[in-house]
Amino acid sequence: MYRKYLNMFSIAVAIIATVVIIHNGCQQSKDLVSGDVAEKVYVKPGTYDDFYLFTSGGFSGQVGVYGLPSGRLFRVIPVFSQDPEKAWGYSEESKPMFMTSYGFVPWDDAHHPKLSQTDGIADGRWLFINGNNTPRIARVDLATFRTAEIIEIPNSGGNHGSPFLTENTEYVVASTRFSVPIPNKDVPLNSYKENFKGTISFIKVAKEGAMNVEFQILVPGFNYDLAHGGKGPSHGWAFFTSYNTEQANTLLEVNASQNDKDFIAAVNWKKAEEYVKQGKYKTFSANYFRNYFDEKKHMAFSEKKSDVKILIPSECPGLIYYLPTPKSPHGVDVDPTGEYIAAGGKLAAIIPVHSFSKMMKAIENKEFDGDVDGIPILKYESVMAGEVINPGLGPLHTEFDDAGYGYTSSFISSEIVKWKIGTWEVVDRIPTYYSIGHLCIPGGDTKKPWGKYVIALNKITKDRYLPTGPELTQSAQLFDISGEKMKLLLDFPTIGEPHYAQAIPSDIVMKNSRKIFPIEENANPYSIKAEKDARVVRNGNVVHVYMSTIRTHFAPDNIEGIRVGDEVYFHVTNLEQDWDIPHGFAVKGANNSELLIMPGSTETLKWLPAQEGVYPFYCTDFCSALHQEMQGYIRVSPKGSNVELAWHTGK
Amino acid sequence: MNSKSKVILITASLILILTFFFPLWSIDLEAPQYPEGIGLRIWINQITGLKPNDLNNINGLNHYIGMKEIVPDAIPELKIMPYIIIFMIIFGLVSALAGKRFLVYAWIALFIILAAIGLYDFYMWEYDYGHNLNPHAAIKIHGMVYQPPLIGSKMLLNFNAISLPNISFYILFFTVVLAVIALILDRRTNK
Repeated sequence: MYRKYLNMFSIAVAIIATVVIIHNGCQQSKDLVSGDVAEKVYVKPGTYDDFYLFTSGGFSGQVGVYGLPSGRLFRVIPVFSQDPEKAWGYSEESKPMFMTSYGFVPWDDAHHPKLSQTDGIADGRWLFINGNNTPRIARVDLATFRTAEIIEIPNSGGNHGSPFLTENTEYVVASTRFSVPIPNKDVPLNSYKENFKGTISFIKVAKEGAMNVEFQILVPGFNYDLAHGGKGPSHGWAFFTSYNTEQANTLLEVNASQNDKDFIAAVNWKKAEEYVKQGKYKTFSANYFRNYFDEKKHMAFSEKKSDVKILIPSECPGLIYYLPTPKSPHGVDVDPTGEYIAAGGKLAAIIPVHSFSKMMKAIENKEFDGDVDGIPILKYESVMAGEVINPGLGPLHTEFDDAGYGYTSSFISSEIVKWKIGTWEVVDRIPTYYSIGHLCIPGGDTKKPWGKYVIALNKITKDRYLPTGPELTQSAQLFDISGEKMKLLLDFPTIGEPHYAQAIPSDIVMKNSRKIFPIEENANPYSIKAEKDARVVRNGNVVHVYMSTIRTHFAPDNIEGIRVGDEVYFHVTNLEQDWDIPHGFAVKGANNSELLIMPGSTETLKWLPAQEGVYPFYCTDFCSALHQEMQGYIRVSPKGSNVELAWHTGK
Repeated sequence: MNSKSKVILITASLILILTFFFPLWSIDLEAPQYPEGIGLRIWINQITGLKPNDLNNINGLNHYIGMKEIVPDAIPELKIMPYIIIFMIIFGLVSALAGKRFLVYAWIALFIILAAIGLYDFYMWEYDYGHNLNPHAAIKIHGMVYQPPLIGSKMLLNFNAISLPNISFYILFFTVVLAVIALILDRRTNK
């Protein structure tokens, strides 16, 4: 009897011990990092990283610039969100960049950075990124690391599937996440099926970068999710995922998850160009803005647009085909050869891979399975090249290396799964911490992947870093993919929420990096080229201060004769022509921000003095040994005062 | 004078034209904050920076210690030197064509005298810039002067100033060497 209890007791102890050992073992095994890892990510002080990594800031609206393999953050490029540090959206020069048909929009949700390409290879000229909420696309100039242009996308409910590229950056594309009435109007929400439509936009990119919404395609009212341009043989085509083919307008988590297959829209954009040339488009009136930053004038301009060309698929045969794709596909990724199109069926148990050549054959043989609004649906079996079985739960996105493998992020099972193109077999998998969204391989969505690393972009970090209250950092994780097995090298925190990211060898970008703006080329109407031109000009209650900075003083640094109720514009030109010598400008009580003026450029701060008194201003960027002496005073007199307008430096 | 020597002398004269295309002297400044380098290039007719804007940036740095601004247009030597070079080219050609040894001796002697004057003048110019400091300068260190060395290097506060002859100086030197060779060859054939 006792013996029996003793046995049971022993068994229980054994079970508990096993559980404890396994549990502790699991805790430890989550960091399977071996000894030589530190060496692989250590970038010696004073030496450069091998790659630039550009991560989207997600809800921060900006772009993070990191080095790989170190994971060091170099810069946050302000794009869609105001940034008082850089006066982005606060200086008079940059305000027009935020103009939309809804007025000044100071924030957006930036998801997908995309490096410009030449012949299908990242060329390091520009970085495009989408604004998801108020549909926009930005172009960042990688010589200045400044946002050079922001274009609003008309007839879009949300710009998620964007900004993906064609092989030579002929176009950036955009597809609407939300279908909406087009043109937008006041309709009952339950009239979705009748009134709601989607659009796919092709934005032409001129040689020097200027964007223009060349044409849009009116498509059935689904949710359009992500996209990728074809390359090589599939150049001339672009692929867009869609979900909610159920056309639900409420409780989408259930109602949009019913169909076994949704669609990838394959768009023949060369054909679309022909139709546009033949005049087979309808001109819709539309209200949208293109904002661009003039490099020579150091200021932004807004251009209002009033119409857009729209193609209707039923009137343009051969323009779009639907590839049936299992279960609400998210990413659509084209392999380096341009033949295979992998979809991330986020609720599917497989990764379907379509074949471009089979698709072309199926189109030729009209292997259709009905149509939606005149868009033929190709037979799944006719276009499918293979299925990756057991790819993890919730496959989202695939990037490719230079050795014929695909790497898919699986959100729910929180892992990266490596599979072989052609045999579709899973060859390796590695956990991520935690809940990976996108992933990035340098050049991994181009014709020429540089390989070497895969970067996981994670949504959740929980216990990975020191806690910082309820909101924790999101993260990137760096894995070595040069061997057969993926190896975790490094975790590093990211700004905002990193969705997609792009990486490129450093030398391609750094050789173009600007050091200064030549002062003689500064065409800002309020710039001055020499200290002797510094002056203050009153025009009614508007006062223009033409100010210069050079180590280590402002000219003028004493200003009198400003009155309460004046509208004062400080136009500050940094006369420095030396690398890494910006000057700052901040004035007490300013309701906007500081200025941070790069060598050779001009920026303007608007100031509304509301109370009389003396106001100091000073340089905010530690510029030299006498930085702390770089300051000045403004005397503000009461309204109607007869204190004469006067200014000087050094008297 | 034999024809070989004449050809050498003509060559020696004509290579002086190259001094219009290369700097005569260089002053480089080394400091931790300037990993990309910063410096001056002194030509027979101008002063430039090692990189665009270097001259302005050096003037900007110098104002802290009260050094005068270097304004190339205000330096008379840079206006005179090109004429001296042209004169020496013509002098050399004339002495070669005339074939008179005493003219060549005179040419060489003049060269050496001019070079000595030039170096003395350069030293005095450096002395003036290094010593005549604005009494209101922000950084004043008792007893400190900022004269760069004529040749060699010297620490001036955080900067190591390195002053060295540049290509055009070596061209001048080579011209004199060629002239001497021409004379030696001529003497041998005369024997």
